[in-house]
Amino acid sequence: MDDIERPRMLYAAFARSPFGAARVEKVSVEDAIEVPGVERIITRSDLEDVPGLRPVLHRPEFVGVDMPLLSGEKVRHAGEPVALVLADSPHAAEDGADAVAVEYERQEAVVSLDAALAEDARTVHEEMEDNVMVDVRSPDDSGVDEAFEQAAVVVEATFETGRLAAVPMEGRGCLAEWDGREDKLVLHTSTQVPHIVRTALAEVMEIPQQRIRIIAPDVGGGFGQKCVVSREELLVAIAAQRLERPVKWTEDRQENLTASFHGHEQRYETSAAFDEEGRLLALEADILCDVGAYSCYPFTCGVEPLMAATEMPGPYRLERYRSRARAVATNKVPMAPYRGVSRPQFTFAMERLMQKAAKRLGMDAVEIRRRNLISADEFPYESPTGVVYDPGSYIESLEECAGALDFLAWKERQEEARREGRLIGLGFSCFAERTGYGTRAFALRKMGITPGLDNAHVRMDPSGNVAVAVGTCGHGQGHQTTLAQIAADELGIEPGDVVVRQGDTETTPYGWGTFASRSLVIGGGATKKAAALLAERIKEVASHLLEAAPGDLEIEDGKVSVSGSPDRYVEVPAVARAVYLEAQRLPEGEAGSLEASAGFDPPGTFSNATHGAVVEIDPETGDVRIDRYVVAEDCGVMINPMIVEGQVRGGVAQGIAAALYEQLIYDAEGQLLTSTLMDYLVPTAMEIPHVEILHLETPCEYTETGAKGVGEGGTMGAPAAVASAVADALSHLDVEIDQLPITPDRLRAAIRDSRAREGKLS
Amino acid sequence: MRDIHSVSITVNGRLHEVDVESRRTLADVLRHDLGYTGTHLGCEHGICGACTVLVDGLAVRSCLAFGVQADGREIETVEGLESGGRLNPLQEAFSAHHALQCGFCTPGFLMLATALLREKLDPTEEEVREVMSSNLCRCTGYQGIIEAVLDAAGKNGGTEAIDGAVSRETSEEWVEGVSPLREAGDHAQ
Repeated sequence: MDDIERPRMLYAAFARSPFGAARVEKVSVEDAIEVPGVERIITRSDLEDVPGLRPVLHRPEFVGVDMPLLSGEKVRHAGEPVALVLADSPHAAEDGADAVAVEYERQEAVVSLDAALAEDARTVHEEMEDNVMVDVRSPDDSGVDEAFEQAAVVVEATFETGRLAAVPMEGRGCLAEWDGREDKLVLHTSTQVPHIVRTALAEVMEIPQQRIRIIAPDVGGGFGQKCVVSREELLVAIAAQRLERPVKWTEDRQENLTASFHGHEQRYETSAAFDEEGRLLALEADILCDVGAYSCYPFTCGVEPLMAATEMPGPYRLERYRSRARAVATNKVPMAPYRGVSRPQFTFAMERLMQKAAKRLGMDAVEIRRRNLISADEFPYESPTGVVYDPGSYIESLEECAGALDFLAWKERQEEARREGRLIGLGFSCFAERTGYGTRAFALRKMGITPGLDNAHVRMDPSGNVAVAVGTCGHGQGHQTTLAQIAADELGIEPGDVVVRQGDTETTPYGWGTFASRSLVIGGGATKKAAALLAERIKEVASHLLEAAPGDLEIEDGKVSVSGSPDRYVEVPAVARAVYLEAQRLPEGEAGSLEASAGFDPPGTFSNATHGAVVEIDPETGDVRIDRYVVAEDCGVMINPMIVEGQVRGGVAQGIAAALYEQLIYDAEGQLLTSTLMDYLVPTAMEIPHVEILHLETPCEYTETGAKGVGEGGTMGAPAAVASAVADALSHLDVEIDQLPITPDRLRAAIRDSRAREGKLS
Repeated sequence: MRDIHSVSITVNGRLHEVDVESRRTLADVLRHDLGYTGTHLGCEHGICGACTVLVDGLAVRSCLAFGVQADGREIETVEGLESGGRLNPLQEAFSAHHALQCGFCTPGFLMLATALLREKLDPTEEEVREVMSSNLCRCTGYQGIIEAVLDAAGKNGGTEAIDGAVSRETSEEWVEGVSPLREAGDHAQ
């Protein structure tokens, strides 16, 4: 993004709040405007007519708040933008931002779930009665209480997971320019959702969407952080329009950590009822999500609690379920979807509950899961929350993973290691990964605008090459490869003859972009449908050239031939040439274009996997080393196995990071203490192990290609697998692993405390 | 009050004369003054390594060096790896092993690996992991990167992978320049 430059370009920098909560008394720009190179400063008073971002959920349990583009009266998190400084160099812009003088009256910051939910808590938004922005409860089911009464074992536990940052290697950034000739705004922005940015910008700027063009250039990673619309990209666009000069903003890493979006800070208070056979009878969960100061657009702060409440049972058979899920406002950076969205957290909770129950029942880790996983003959399976699971290989993936790790010999190996004073552990996690949600699934969330469908347009040029334009917007997932493969297969040509266009609202059909493991399922489905229509059109044209009925033709290896007479054929480029350049060879009405469009809007499909980790703990340092990591996964038909494996490995790395290393820590005043990559520990090649991957294939009936999404599973499975393995390594001690990340200090303290308790007992 | 210096910097064999402000980093000089935008900035505080270039043959984080410090030096950037539109074997290995997804960190890893393979033609996996742990990748989980470097090293003992470049003498003057292999521990977080 930062590679793009324009003549007369201005550079943007933001003056940001240094406090977690404060009243803004006065913003003075006199000194800042005098900084050499500074051209203009925009504050809240310049934006009186510009509304904030107001994402909506049409639910009585939702409280909507505005996210102002610049703070005027109050700042609600450290890093909140207060003024935009425009200058002729990035250095001058930053000097100018430093020189903006803001008088604040500090307020008590609300920085934890407990503080936010306390009786006398100060509210983050004064118009709210308390700090709860979403509060959803499952329908009351008295069967839950009965199940608990009949249970042989009731496991109760509270689980907590750390606040995380997505850390795309390229931060956010954008360049806006006003095209006076077309009276149009062009915004190049590092986004996963160009069409959605356009929709939001049109609302805020009150100009028609056709007068806005959004271009997502090569985007250096997103992982969810760029699937929401940010204040900065809208402000930069407004500045470019007002000044009629190009304006560029390149986020630095500190801004990315302190002022963009966070996620995954959650607490689960759970109790689970099991019968004597280890079968899960009922589950109760009170789920709290620390969503920071504002709702993200367009998903809202409901994205984490609603996902958690709806999908918590995961891959397990369950009849009785009661949940309450809340989004809690705090004076921290707003939450946005981050890879996995709640599923890494509730998978951690569910897997630990399974492990605790197994320990109480004297059952092994595989057997208790085997008894509870949804089995092949139960699909399609409807969960107590009404979610329908399409066929998968839940038990098979467990067996494959356990087999690869030689589970039967594990106990012996572990005991031998313990005799040598070594702490080794083996842990599993099983999960179902809902992917490719269509409109109907998203509509249940009741968002103000509903994601779901996507579109593809396929066009063959006169040389027989094909351009596929899609509304999805890959940023490292290899869509140029996989979508080209899908189109090429339908059209009987080589993938190298297909170019995939994405990330430009001017040249692609409307679409929801890339997030929630949707692109290959939905964009790929739309591509396949459109390519199939084009293949029909090619056959129709060829039927005139070959004097055969279209129904008798087939396309393969770049040729359209008559079935059963392979020597009667015409090459695909010759068909294209006839359509565009030799139209006289065709009947009237057949010439002129070779293109087709299609949309796709599936109900959603579940991928599934079992992860298994082998760890060794250094009892002296509390360091956890991962010795083996096995994934047995099923994402239906694999369009490209190398890309599937890349998604799995990258996801596992982020999941291991959440399990052992990464955590955003705020102090009591709302200052982020982990604001550099020296403090926020993204793991390196030394920490992330070799990941062994086994594939199973349950083709999906609901998707055009038989494929299921695979973008987030790695991140979902890894925290629970690592935590289970650490807990297994310490199973002979009285230690619970209910909090992530499992940092060396926490682990050492847990081991020390457990030994102290043992000492007292003996 | 801009403090401007004239410097001569050779980049990928081509000499550039450029006036730079004293506070301008080498990364900004390369990217914005000279147009070598293949060098990426991921953190600007020396952790992620996306901005790694070679200065007199040593892997250096160009976000931690000033442009004026490069006066009279030879810089190699990712643009110098290909020749005539043809990727070099290390780059080919990255492609073959799916060692990149979004590609933002890739230039830094390629330059780091180039420095490693010049110093040691046949490193072990452990050595490759240790050196590559200087840099961060958020997409791949590193496995493809490690496999690609090992694969490139295995080809003709690595000489072909780095386009026949010869090992260079260590320049003691260049304080930020750290031998990737011998000083790998200093890069650890």
